[in-house]
Amino acid sequence: MATPSSSLAVPPADAPRADAPVTGTSLGKDAVKRLRKNRLAVFGFVVVCIVVAASLVGPWIIERATGYTYDYIPTDPSLVNAQPPFTAPDGSFSWLHPMGTDDAGRDILARVLLGGRISLMVGVISTFVSLIIGITVGATAGYVGGKVDEAIMRGVDVLYSIPYMMVVIVLLAFFGGRSAIGQLVLLFIALGAVSWLTMARIVRGQVMSLKSQEFILAARATGVPASRIILRHLVPNTLTIPSVMLLESFLSFLGLGVQAPLASWGSLAADGIQNIAVFPWQLICPGLTMAITLFSLNFLGDGLRDALDPQMRKG
Amino acid sequence: MAPLLSVRELRTWFAEDALTAKAVDGVSFDLARGETLGIVGESGSGKSVTTLSIMRLIPQPPGRIVSGEIVFDGQDLLALPAEAMRRIRGKRIAMIFQDPMTSLNPFMRVSQQLMEVTRLHLGLSKAEAYEHAVQMLETVGIPDARNRVDGYPHEFSGGMRQRVMIAMALSCKPELLIADEPTTALDVTIQAQILELITNLKRDTGTSVILITHDLGVVAGMTDRIMVMYAGRVFETAPTAELFARPSNPYTVGLLASVPDPTDDAHAELYQIPGLPPDVARLPPGCPFAPRCARAERICREQSPPLIQLTPQHQSLCHFAQELYDAAGTPTAATGDEGGR
Amino acid sequence: MARFILRRLLVIVPMLLVVVSLTWGLIRVAPGNFYSGEKKLPAAIEKNIREKYGLDKPWYVQYGRMLSNTARGDFGESLKYPGTTVNSILASTLPVSATLGILAYLLALAVGITAGTIAALKQNSRADYASMAAAMLGISMPNFVLGPTLVLLFALRWYWLPPARWDGFSVHLILPVLTLSAVYMAYIARLTRSGMLEVLRSNYIRTARAKGLTERQVVMRHAVRGGLLPVVSFSGPALAFLISGTVVVERIFALPGLGNYFINANLNRDEPLIIGIVAFMSIAVLFFNLLVDVAYAFFDPRIRY
Repeated sequence: MATPSSSLAVPPADAPRADAPVTGTSLGKDAVKRLRKNRLAVFGFVVVCIVVAASLVGPWIIERATGYTYDYIPTDPSLVNAQPPFTAPDGSFSWLHPMGTDDAGRDILARVLLGGRISLMVGVISTFVSLIIGITVGATAGYVGGKVDEAIMRGVDVLYSIPYMMVVIVLLAFFGGRSAIGQLVLLFIALGAVSWLTMARIVRGQVMSLKSQEFILAARATGVPASRIILRHLVPNTLTIPSVMLLESFLSFLGLGVQAPLASWGSLAADGIQNIAVFPWQLICPGLTMAITLFSLNFLGDGLRDALDPQMRKG
Repeated sequence: MAPLLSVRELRTWFAEDALTAKAVDGVSFDLARGETLGIVGESGSGKSVTTLSIMRLIPQPPGRIVSGEIVFDGQDLLALPAEAMRRIRGKRIAMIFQDPMTSLNPFMRVSQQLMEVTRLHLGLSKAEAYEHAVQMLETVGIPDARNRVDGYPHEFSGGMRQRVMIAMALSCKPELLIADEPTTALDVTIQAQILELITNLKRDTGTSVILITHDLGVVAGMTDRIMVMYAGRVFETAPTAELFARPSNPYTVGLLASVPDPTDDAHAELYQIPGLPPDVARLPPGCPFAPRCARAERICREQSPPLIQLTPQHQSLCHFAQELYDAAGTPTAATGDEGGR
Repeated sequence: MARFILRRLLVIVPMLLVVVSLTWGLIRVAPGNFYSGEKKLPAAIEKNIREKYGLDKPWYVQYGRMLSNTARGDFGESLKYPGTTVNSILASTLPVSATLGILAYLLALAVGITAGTIAALKQNSRADYASMAAAMLGISMPNFVLGPTLVLLFALRWYWLPPARWDGFSVHLILPVLTLSAVYMAYIARLTRSGMLEVLRSNYIRTARAKGLTERQVVMRHAVRGGLLPVVSFSGPALAFLISGTVVVERIFALPGLGNYFINANLNRDEPLIIGIVAFMSIAVLFFNLLVDVAYAFFDPRIRY
């Protein structure tokens, strides 16, 4: 091959250096930008915020404004009657009960909002419990590797084969019913115990890939701190919140979950289904609220996962 | 004789958010029958997009072929209806890709994948296609072909898989074979075997070949002509020996200088073209190579370089092409090996 | 492969005993027993009951007996329905739940895979957005809301379909199957879409196109097998959770299935029946997981057991 004449071999003074850093955006900023562009995810986020806010302060506001609490049974016997949404006892339009009342006269909106508190709380805390268990087990297996990993994964496989819902049902049926709070705690543990298996598997896989030398080197080379890598991998795991909420609602619907005097959307639906033919709103209102909330949570979760996945391309 | 393939002013652009990446921006070249053309350039120079455009395999969003002509055996491929193009693909123009590990369907037997092409384009029966497949595997040098043809891709090694790809591509005796970095993912000894295989097959069938690579060593031994691409444009075209002997474009010169020479002093620093390839969505005015060019002057940053025809066979896109050509022709400049290898 | 299947089948028995032990343990550790209802039984009767069911023996004897009975497949008599064996209850309820579950999942596969494939092929079109929105709704709608709503509309308002009860393989099945199937339809549609999209981006699809195949051939012959793998994987845990869905649907539509009986057994503290149903479901889950793993190997030739 020909050697170049010397004048061409020397780069000009103003040529960019071969090792000049290329400015880019961090993964976090990039993810937020992508999340914001995803209109469905934004929509989901807004709705979830509204629902959470309504659940937190709604019952309090309703009580101040109308005097109705979620378990307030009117003393006036003519009011102890199921009213459709926006209807007064005499049939005319009324703002008082946007979701109507049940056949004990209790305001359904207040009940739905309070139920929301419980349902959301169970969803978040159970996911948290499963995250803790799953991460501990998965990270240990992935990090330590070898025999310990094999043993743990073998155990997980065994546990995978248990018909979980059945055992949970037995657990709740036999140990529950003592106090409403006690039942709640039992629910947190039971539901958390259901979903940690998948979590553990995922975390183990992620830890193992993080552990590999090339990955650590690459991360250091691009200057990404380890904490951010971990965060990026953990956040999508919060996708289980809606599915845990669904499980809780099943259990409450069957009478095994949240007990009176507390209410969750599932138990409200159980109450409502009694009179479905005549007072359909008793089921529809809590049910629809739950569906909309889960819908929005799912969109938000999808958006989060897409935004954090660097491989995603549009179209 | 008319060239087999004649590409004129091909422009293939990609929509990237609000910007347009001009991956191929005004590429023109000819390919004669039986000729082997090498396309050389760094990543992002537009080599693959050019050939994918010829095959009309550009995903239509986000890409689109904006303008140009691709005349193959007298027909403009860009003007053909999709169905007609489909009949040409795999039959008269075939393509093999860079990564043999992922380019074969892992869920289908090799025999099935080979038979597909001949049954589709040549109308062979199942039995005929099967025999043909076995023969093709033998031709490309797969040992014990008859027993292995029913295997799955993961049962073959990387080099073997690339041979299978070649067998698949040549099944219908295409007039043009496009090889997009066929050896980049393979190790060096296998590389040589694959390249030799292509050369032999080409000699036996008279197929024209377009060989894309970023490795000058590969083109040196295999090609009749070389086309150097940068930032979606053709910077220099010349017969192989002449390109190595009289490079007439600063980019080409830089490329040649970057190849490590084992006869150099062991402690000499390796040469590297400074800077990075440009973002084809945000090109500066003037010559796209100007920011990195040692020869650049003000005119380079203001005006697009002209295409200078140095000899009937040799062109270069540079304001100073003639000067470089002349300089390269004088005895003091040419030292060391000529023509590589 | 044969050895793999054999190994998995052999594992079923010890697994079963583990699950049954866990359940039995939970029941026994819990306070109260099946006859501690509102009425206080006279001492003599209570003594009779304890003797009859062997409750007067030490716990480890009872445990051992339970295990051996389970291994023999004899779960004894139901406490709530004396005179009726657990096995006979299983025999009568199984067809109900099985029909419901299998039909629901088959329907989910048929509709979900079709919808997901169409959505992937016409990515970002109206059909894509519409079906994915519907799928999202399907995942978010609890079946105890969907079921009664369907009943309200189709049975009580429009009189097209019967609202509840079991009548063998008849039109009575339509609403329950639809209700149970909805969420799985939705998941499968989404998984199919993302699986297909993933595959359509891969290199071997580019090769297939470069060979001159029609788009239809590319999709049907090349993309489908790889694209459906996620659905096959999903089917394992899905079938296990189908159980929980069946329970609720059977309650809503008053179907005499395993799930319904299971809930009642729990509320009645009917230990033999609980153990019997749990044992049976364990076997079913393990068996289905094995089926799914074998199916996966058929789809993906790279997997060798």
